[in-house]
Amino acid sequence: MKKIVKYVIVDILRNKIVIAYTAFLLVMSLSVFNLEDNASKGLLSLLNVILLIVPLVSIVFSTIYMYNSSEFIELLVSQPLRRKTIWLSLFSGLTVALSLSFFIGAGIPILLYQPTGTGIMMLTAGILLSVIFVAIALLASVTTRDKAKGIGKVILLWLYFALLFDGLVLFLLFQFADYPLEKAMVGVSALNPVDLSRILILLQMDVSALMGYTGAIFRNFFGTQSGITIAFLVLVLWFVVPLWLSLRKFRSKDL
Amino acid sequence: MIITSNVSKKFGKLKALDSVSVTCNRGECIALIGPNGSGKTTLAKTILGMVVPDSGFITFNGKNILHNWDYRKDIGYMPQIGRYPENMTIGQILDMMRDIRHTKGSQTDEELIETFGLNTMMQKRMRTLSGGTRQKVSASLAFMFNPSVLILDEPTAGLDPVASGILKKKIVAEKEKGKLIIITSHVLSELDDLVTQIIYMQEGRLKFHKSIQALHADTGETQLTRAIASIMIN
Repeated sequence: MKKIVKYVIVDILRNKIVIAYTAFLLVMSLSVFNLEDNASKGLLSLLNVILLIVPLVSIVFSTIYMYNSSEFIELLVSQPLRRKTIWLSLFSGLTVALSLSFFIGAGIPILLYQPTGTGIMMLTAGILLSVIFVAIALLASVTTRDKAKGIGKVILLWLYFALLFDGLVLFLLFQFADYPLEKAMVGVSALNPVDLSRILILLQMDVSALMGYTGAIFRNFFGTQSGITIAFLVLVLWFVVPLWLSLRKFRSKDL
Repeated sequence: MIITSNVSKKFGKLKALDSVSVTCNRGECIALIGPNGSGKTTLAKTILGMVVPDSGFITFNGKNILHNWDYRKDIGYMPQIGRYPENMTIGQILDMMRDIRHTKGSQTDEELIETFGLNTMMQKRMRTLSGGTRQKVSASLAFMFNPSVLILDEPTAGLDPVASGILKKKIVAEKEKGKLIIITSHVLSELDDLVTQIIYMQEGRLKFHKSIQALHADTGETQLTRAIASIMIN
């Protein structure tokens, strides 16, 4: 498995996109921290960009990479290798490459300018989001044979996680404004890893006072040790489940 | 050595394989022939585990191959259309395969790499190669790890006469060592003097599996091409 991971990482690094992504994150986070006189304000600006860019790049890049490696996969499948090994190697290669570029591009500036609990929470959330969206990309690419359709699917998925989901939640809140939905919102937030990360980071920032009564409920739940643990478990489930489903599909796929 | 029992596979509505049962033994050189789209490549791919059959099973040396993988150590496969990572060089592909498949203490067989002259173009990227050169890479990879079974899918298609002569000589040499060789092809005359058994497929069904002598006796023809032609007409 180590051998294949090595080839995947070398191949991804030869592809200049990941390097451009790293450079972009680096330039952006450095400029955000230097523009604001207050580093924690900088972190807040960085948060919104990261929650949009990291999922987008992770999911689109991984999907295109999976389609472009169809030859590589075909070659490996006819060799004495477990299909599970091949699939997990591709997953590990992509996650290592993308998490590493997130770490270099955004993590190092965060650790330099804001080495607090909030900064570390943001760093962890960014890496987890990279892993989650790689896993979702793997699932989308194994279930769709057509490349254009597969890429379209993941862009729609990204739109859903990044924009549509919030719209749906707002719609529900307004429709059921007469009911006490605050507690249910905690459960609903688990349905979107991007939102869950946002809540986790915002609560660390002490701006939850701005979120009203729901914010207080969130504070009660996610502010505790067990709440944070549950939230992280949910985020882990968000990559384990798609990965497991995609592996199951790949094991019986015809090549 | 390889036994397939009632293997069936459907792609959508198309029946690619319809309960195919064949037995292949060590030392045989089997020609898998049939018209285009008769399921030859699908059968080869099911043996390799690249295509998972809907029903039926395949055993390799007495072991079911379903979800098994280490039996592929003993198989050298040359695909009909070799698809390789486009931005790797020939040298990198060969190194990678050595890295993945090579076991300590055994010698790799690099004869074909030299006779095909691939060692002079190790730096070329796969996407720049012609179809024939890709076939040469595929052939070299299939023979490289001294497998006891060789599955060659249209091995001579796309090769020039010199290269196809080299490959044929290599196949004969390996056959002499008592290996099982399965060749799918529709260029029949190429195979005339190599094969000992014929498997004939049509529309996913196994039409017959006979030794070459039996076939000659049945049809009264001495040339393989004519013998097959007379069967196809009847």
